[in-house]
Amino acid sequence: MDIERLVKMANDIAHFFHSEPDHEEAVKGVLGHIQRFWDPRMRKALAAHVDQGGSGLIPLALEAAKQLPKAGQTA
Amino acid sequence: MISTIRWKDLGTPARVSERLVDLEVDGIPVSVPEGTSVLRAAAEAGISIPKLCATDSLEAFGSCRLCLVEIEGCKGYPASCTTPVAAGMVVHTQTRKLADIRRGVMELYISDHPLDCLTCSANGNCELQDMAGAVGLREVRYGYEGENHLDLKKDTSNPYFTFDPSKCIVCSRCVRACEETQGTFALTIDSRGFESKVSAGMNEAFMDSECVSCGACVQACPTATLMEKSVIDLGQAEHSVITTCAYCGVGCSFRAEMKGNELVRMVPNKDGHANHGHSCVKGRFAFGYATHKDRITTPMIRDKISDPWKQVSWEEAITHAASEFKRIQAKYGRGAVGGITSSRCTNEETYLVQKLVRAAFGNNNVDTCARVCHSPTGYGLKATLGESAGTQDFDSVDKTDVVLVIGANPTDGHPVFASRMKRRLREGAKLIVVDPRTIDLVRTPHVEASHHLKLRPGTNVAVVNALAHTIVTEGLANEAFVAERCEAKDYAKWKAFISEERNSPEALEAETGVPAAEVRAAARLYATGGNAAIYYGLGVTEHSQGSTMVIGIANLAMLTGNIGREGVGVNPLRGQNNVQGACDMGSFPHELPGYRHVSDTATRTLFEQNWGVKLESEPGLRIPNMLDAAIDGSFRGIYVEGEDIAQSDPGTQHVTAALEAMECVVVQDLFLNETAKYAHVFLPGSSFLEKNGTFTNAERRISPVRKVMPSLSGKEDWEITAMLAEALGYPMPYKHPSEIMDEIARLTPTFTGVSYAKLDELGSIQWPCNDQHPVGTPVMHVDEFVRGKGRFLITEYVPTEERTSRKYPLILTTGRILSQYNVGAQTRRTFNSMWHDEDRLEIHPSDAELRGVKTGDWVGVSSRAGETVLRALITERVQPGVVYTTFHFPESGANVITTENSDWATNCPEYKVTAVQVEPVTQPSEWQKRFRTFTEQQEELLEEARETTQA
Repeated sequence: MDIERLVKMANDIAHFFHSEPDHEEAVKGVLGHIQRFWDPRMRKALAAHVDQGGSGLIPLALEAAKQLPKAGQTA
Repeated sequence: MISTIRWKDLGTPARVSERLVDLEVDGIPVSVPEGTSVLRAAAEAGISIPKLCATDSLEAFGSCRLCLVEIEGCKGYPASCTTPVAAGMVVHTQTRKLADIRRGVMELYISDHPLDCLTCSANGNCELQDMAGAVGLREVRYGYEGENHLDLKKDTSNPYFTFDPSKCIVCSRCVRACEETQGTFALTIDSRGFESKVSAGMNEAFMDSECVSCGACVQACPTATLMEKSVIDLGQAEHSVITTCAYCGVGCSFRAEMKGNELVRMVPNKDGHANHGHSCVKGRFAFGYATHKDRITTPMIRDKISDPWKQVSWEEAITHAASEFKRIQAKYGRGAVGGITSSRCTNEETYLVQKLVRAAFGNNNVDTCARVCHSPTGYGLKATLGESAGTQDFDSVDKTDVVLVIGANPTDGHPVFASRMKRRLREGAKLIVVDPRTIDLVRTPHVEASHHLKLRPGTNVAVVNALAHTIVTEGLANEAFVAERCEAKDYAKWKAFISEERNSPEALEAETGVPAAEVRAAARLYATGGNAAIYYGLGVTEHSQGSTMVIGIANLAMLTGNIGREGVGVNPLRGQNNVQGACDMGSFPHELPGYRHVSDTATRTLFEQNWGVKLESEPGLRIPNMLDAAIDGSFRGIYVEGEDIAQSDPGTQHVTAALEAMECVVVQDLFLNETAKYAHVFLPGSSFLEKNGTFTNAERRISPVRKVMPSLSGKEDWEITAMLAEALGYPMPYKHPSEIMDEIARLTPTFTGVSYAKLDELGSIQWPCNDQHPVGTPVMHVDEFVRGKGRFLITEYVPTEERTSRKYPLILTTGRILSQYNVGAQTRRTFNSMWHDEDRLEIHPSDAELRGVKTGDWVGVSSRAGETVLRALITERVQPGVVYTTFHFPESGANVITTENSDWATNCPEYKVTAVQVEPVTQPSEWQKRFRTFTEQQEELLEEARETTQA
């Protein structure tokens, strides 16, 4: 999958949750959205990108993406 | 349901009143609501009073003098159409004196009417003829030699109907229909006395006038003065079938009038719950595509898209498609294939496509074109109110005091509902329009918006936040409603956010371009003007913050308590005929039918037990994800039913590259559409006239689609999907679509009470329809929200990344026009193209002057994504800095220039905001040149296949 596209999608999601005053809720929101709406291959690609530093991800998106299961792990 | 072709006309409209009035008509006691006319009261008692200028779709006019009656104690002979009933009234409808008067009136009419009944197109279905018989007219004493109108010239300019003034009796029904029913006011009675005549516009031909060809005048005409050309060609129909229009999300009910298997005309159903007897130029007249020569009726296959098509049997085509899908899955994995269904499909067809993908492909890679239109509606309304659907029925607008239209152009997109809305506005309801363009609704006959918030494209959320800020900070919120009906913690959080000064109209004015005072005034009107209802369209959803905006709209309705009763609510105007249904039927990759997430074990178990297969618990790929995955090689095969992603989806070059990268593209459609030009298997589909099923419109109304003629290809679409599933090894042994609906009802709590038998009985049903709501649900969230408590969510305004620059200084926004529909595959193959034969670029005079562009000039429109060339149309409908076009013609390449930006929650494309430059050019764009060459090649390959078969 085009990782630039996935990074942009994750950032867009994070922008929505960014105003949530409870930071933990915000992270949960981003992670939950990705888990509920993204095909596993997209999640795996993003997780792999995070493993390599996650460049381009804004902090909230990166924090959420770090909690995605890595390749080989179950969702 | 087959019926005869004559309606029962009760003469004047029904009145609603709790007070009943008792009277006597010809000795028969009658009890009717207060305000009812004597004419209607008599008709309800089964007594026909002769009439010509009266009809029950229009207010009484009292001009023809045929419906005169005698009323005991009343002097003279009052017109029964304009005389309201009174308690104890004793009416006589048939007396010697009345008979003499009526005969005299008819004699005058007929003395100036051609006596060509035997060759007249209305013969056998003419009210004038009927009345001549009813009053016993036997002679015309005046002769026909005097001054008359018999030589007046026929106007045949409209492609669908003729206007023959020689047959006109000047009853004004057409004029009144244009005013009352349609609200266009294009017709008038010109001159006075004997010179009186019906005139379109300023004595113009119909095609040159403001007439929008809705057909209301033709429907109202009691003679052959206004007559469908199809009736003139084919004669009167001999039977009719009630079915549902296959165009926009209004979902009008029609009576298909037939002669054997030939469709003579489509007549709007007076009993239709969505349209109440009204129609538009598409549904009423634009059905010729169904029998157009471009229809493909034989299955075809080929190995490569550069190969000629080979016409094959159904069995060979289906076997080939199934074996290709199996081969791809064996080689690349179970998730390497998927399917796309369409809002142009019936509920039953859509349900089967998603079932095929889930049960036969074994994955969740299914999506629908709602992805590119109203997917944010599904997300936003579910998150806030608990259900992914509009809250009202269309009738609700009759009780609305303030109409707030956001990002919708109902005059063009939902014309029949627009007429309804305009009628309410003429009655005095206030109007607020939020739109970058001056849409027709802003100022239309006898309607003017109180406020037009002419915002910059892309700033919707800023505007809705400013509206909410005003309501909250000025103390206009309905705190009692919020306290009782909404989550307190979420409301408190949202209230703190929205009250921040940065969300004030003043702080956001520079961003939105809307004067703060105008925003505040609009907010006050919405919050305090009585019943306030929001109607919105794709100008809300097709943005990078589409879902946020839908949430903002729901917040606004909850904040003011404008939800849960008639006259209020949140009303998404769905684009296509079955957008709502396609979403309901589980065609999104994360949801099973009834909006239940695939990860929900209980739901999945229910479907697994019923379908007899194990289901995938992870969400699948959305359309844009499928295309990306095709480019990267993990997605190799697709089954597309009724959708044309190569024209309708953004980034055309990306879409076609993805299609070219796939090993098996199966397209099921009426025509070789743009996507089919990249296909390896073509399965000929059936038009809405050739199949049974149901559509669900924007008000959640499930309406019957009924087969009125045999399928040209021999198969209904649901049969084709079932054949493909069986070839994949998953049996779908349905005998009729009613069995599919029965299965949907078994598995979907909101559909439990729906069946074809109940649809036949009730005409249509608004879901939820179940034990709690056995005849459906016109208004949702009445006592509590579907999710329990309504949930306010924070709607931070995040400007789109698509910004203007020196290189791309203008914002392009896209939309639709009345006469064409979506990708135009249907309407382009009708006479509707006489109104709109190409997509044009609307540009403001100042931007045009700066570039030396005149109306009609070719202009290049370039964006960061691509370039295309269109003809310019200079207009002040668009504001400076904004240009606009439609996407009905593939060669326009509107989606070559739209970008890959999309809604954060749903990936709905940001069609409404593209930064562009516009410059005069002298030749088509490079893409257009390639498109023409490719199209010619594909058409030749199709022609070769046809010629081979004929040889």
